[in-house]
Amino acid sequence: MLSSNIKGVTNGFPLVIEVQKFVEKQVDFNSDFLKNMFPKIEWKALVTAARTMGYAELPEEVDSSMLESEDFLQKFHHALLELHLEEGALICPETGRRFVVAKGIPNMLLHEDEV
Amino acid sequence: MKLKQLESHLGCLEQFSNPKKELEQYPTGAHIASRMLFSAENSFGDVSGKVVADFGCGCGTLGLAASLLDAQYVIGIDIDSESLELASLNAEDLEIDMELVHCDLSNLVWKGQIIDTVVMNPPFGTRKKGADMIFLHTGLKVASQAVYSLHKTSTREHVKRTALRDFNAISAEVLCELRFDVPQLYKFHKKKEVDVAVDLWRFVPQKNQERV
Repeated sequence: MLSSNIKGVTNGFPLVIEVQKFVEKQVDFNSDFLKNMFPKIEWKALVTAARTMGYAELPEEVDSSMLESEDFLQKFHHALLELHLEEGALICPETGRRFVVAKGIPNMLLHEDEV
Repeated sequence: MKLKQLESHLGCLEQFSNPKKELEQYPTGAHIASRMLFSAENSFGDVSGKVVADFGCGCGTLGLAASLLDAQYVIGIDIDSESLELASLNAEDLEIDMELVHCDLSNLVWKGQIIDTVVMNPPFGTRKKGADMIFLHTGLKVASQAVYSLHKTSTREHVKRTALRDFNAISAEVLCELRFDVPQLYKFHKKKEVDVAVDLWRFVPQKNQERV
């Protein structure tokens, strides 16, 4: 959901993920939450992000009927909540500017000339 | 979880050891934090199962309180890396997973309506003028359901007017007035402790398709 915040960038989403280290966490499964989140998610961005972290199980094309499938929900859950970038960078798709991610925390602070 | 339990968990958190006065870093006490999140959940259902963002999270108190009250996903945002480290340690202590972002809220760009509720104890604007309103403005742009915030009671009319007129909030309600004990943290503090009257606000943002 984070978007490039550099002044003048019109198309700062999605940020490209550069992975140096990622972890897989265990998060409690909550199907109501997933169903709620589904319409708010930029699906293609999620698929790409998950792929960058080695998870290619998400279908490219989706529709809301798939939310009835337990199998789909589990994959969605895994990609959305359990894949976590520890070290790497988020890259502005327009300017190529790298926002470093260290210890799981992305640094989105801008330099003076970018504000 | 009961209020007392929540308060006691929050009371064990690590606070700022070297607070930065330009950022107006004051810990949100367990007393206020617990009541804030407790009301948000019990009176309005704005926490459990929701995506909650803590703006200016500092050591993470409000975000962690949200998590303890079963928020599904919590994101803490702060401009200061030391605070984020502290928040990270506190989260670890409570065995809570909290997403953290190092960012300046005045230029936060967020795509989509993922955040349900924003909670915050913003700087009051005594160091950087207008800081409190920048936080509120961003909160109202990002949250889809509600914004909870603390502002000095003396600014009540100004906050209400600005939120409704300039930030397009649908509603702006003072839930209660609290006393925020500001301990003698900085050299410019003359007294050992001072009570500042603050309002706990709940704002409802305008629903838009594409915001920010």
